[in-house]
Amino acid sequence: MSKVTMTVNGRERSAEVEGRTLLSGFLREGLELTGTHVGCDTSQCGACVVLVNGQAIKSCTAFAHDLDGAEVTTIEGVANADGSLGRIQQAFKDYHGLQCGFCTPGMVMSTAALLAENPKPSEEEVRHYLEGNICRCTGYQNIVRAVMAASGQEAGALAAE
Amino acid sequence: MYNFDFVKPGSVADAVAVLADDDAQPLSGGQTLIPSMKARLNAPGTLVSLTGIPDLVGVCRESDTLVIGAATTHAQVARDAAGDFPGLAALAGQIGDPAVRNRGTIGGSLANNDPSACYPAAALGTGATIVTDRREIGADDYFQGMFATALEEGEIITSVRFPIPQASAYAKFVQPASRFALTAAFVARYASGVRVAITGASENGVFRWAEAEAALSSNFSADALASLGCSPHEMIADLHGTAAYRAHLVGVMTRRAVTAAG
Ligand SMILES: Cc1cc2nc3c(=O)[nH]c(=O)nc-3n(C[C@H](O)[C@H](O)[C@H](O)COP(=O)(O)OP(=O)(O)OC[C@H]3O[C@@H](n4cnc5c(N)ncnc54)[C@H](O)[C@@H]3O)c2cc1C
Ligand code: FES
Ligand code: FES
Repeated sequence: MSKVTMTVNGRERSAEVEGRTLLSGFLREGLELTGTHVGCDTSQCGACVVLVNGQAIKSCTAFAHDLDGAEVTTIEGVANADGSLGRIQQAFKDYHGLQCGFCTPGMVMSTAALLAENPKPSEEEVRHYLEGNICRCTGYQNIVRAVMAASGQEAGALAAE
Repeated sequence: MYNFDFVKPGSVADAVAVLADDDAQPLSGGQTLIPSMKARLNAPGTLVSLTGIPDLVGVCRESDTLVIGAATTHAQVARDAAGDFPGLAALAGQIGDPAVRNRGTIGGSLANNDPSACYPAAALGTGATIVTDRREIGADDYFQGMFATALEEGEIITSVRFPIPQASAYAKFVQPASRFALTAAFVARYASGVRVAITGASENGVFRWAEAEAALSSNFSADALASLGCSPHEMIADLHGTAAYRAHLVGVMTRRAVTAAG
C-alpha cells in the first residue's frame, strides 16, 4: 500500500492503495465517490468513464498509481455550484436520456469530453463518439437527443434509427 | 487480479533495468494488459509503467519518415499524424472508442500483435521499422504469427519509423462488439511499388497479400483486383464469420482501401 494523490473535482484527495487498485476503486472505495459506476469491469461498457486531465478514460482500465498527480473530474463534479443540475445532466433529464440510470454517469462524462472538443457535433458525430458507452435501456435515441440539446442544437427532429 | 509492485521510471534506461527481472512486465496504455490481468491470464510481479518517459511520446517527421514514440496514444496519432500521414491518422482514429484511444498506445498494440488489431496492418503495410531499446527490426521480420513478435524477454519498443507513402488508406470492417477488425486492409503506394497488409483474417496474424501488391503496382485501381481472390486456407473461422467469408472480405476491404487512397 502506498499513497496516491489526485485533484478530484477541484479538491486534492489522497488514499492509501495497492498496486492493483484501479482508478475506479480509488474513486469508489478510497474516496467514497460512488457516482462512477462499474458495469462490466472488462473495458467494454463505458459506465466508468471519467475525465483525467480533461480526457475521457475508462476508470476500470487504469491503475490509480499510474495517475498519481492527475486532475480528475467525475459525475460528482458536474453539477452547478448551487447544487442544481449541470447543463448536460439537465438535458438528459429533459429528454429522458436515461431509464435505470446505470450508464448515465459514463454517458454524461463522455458527453462532457465530446462537447469540450466539438461544441456543436452533428448527430452522426454524437453517435460515433458515444460508441464506447453502452446503454441497456434507452435504445440511445433519447441520449442522442439529450446531447444535441446540451450542445444548444434543435433536438426535436432527429430521425429514428 | 493478483497484486504486484508498481514502478514508473522516468527514462528508457531505468525501465530496461527493472525489466531485466523475469517477473517484470511493461505497462503502456493498459487497454489490453489490464483486462488480461483481471482475467488472470497475466500476473506480473512488477509492472513497469512506460507512460512517465517523455522520450517515448510524440509524433515527429524526419524527411520522408514519420517517427512515433511507442507510448504515444492512438488519440494523439489521430491528431498529430493527420497532416503528414493521413492514412495512418485515420487508422488510429478508428481504434476502439474515444476512451480506449485516450489511453491505448502504438507500442502496446504492436507488442501485443493481436490478430485483429489495426496498427500491425499499418506497420506491415508500410514496411515500418520497429525500434527497440537495443536494435531496429523491419516489419517483415517483426510479426511472427498470432500474438507473436520478434521481441525478446525484457525488450521494449521505443519508437516506430514509418516511411511516408504517396497515398494510403485503411479500410476496416468493424466487428461491432469488440470494435476490432473483423477484417481490414491497409494499402500504401510508394514510388517503388504498392504494399497491402491484411489484419483480422488469418490464423497467422497480419500478412501481406502478394498477388494484390503485384496487381496494384502495375495498375493502382480497384479494377486491377477484380479477378483476384484470396484463399480461405488458414483464415480465422469463428461465430462472427467463416473462413470463406473472411477471405471474401479481404478482397472487398482491399478494393475499398485502394479507392479511398485515390
Ligand atoms: C474496448 C476496446 C476496443 C478496442 N478496439 C481496438 C481496435 O479496434 N483496434 C485495435 O487495434 N485495438 C483495439 N483495442 C486494443 C487497444 O488498441 C490497446 O490499446 C492496444 O492493443 C494495446 O496498447 P496499450 O498501450 O493499451 O498496451 P498495454 O495493454 O499496456 O500492453 C499490451 C502488451 O504489450 C506490452 N507492451 C506495452 N508497451 C510495450 C512496449 N513499448 N514495448 C514492449 N512491450 C510493450 C505489455 O507488456 C502487454 O503485454 C481495443 C481495446 C479495448 C479495451
Ligand atoms: S466498467 Fe469500465 S468499461 Fe465497463
Ligand atoms: S439507462 Fe439503463 S443502462 Fe442506460
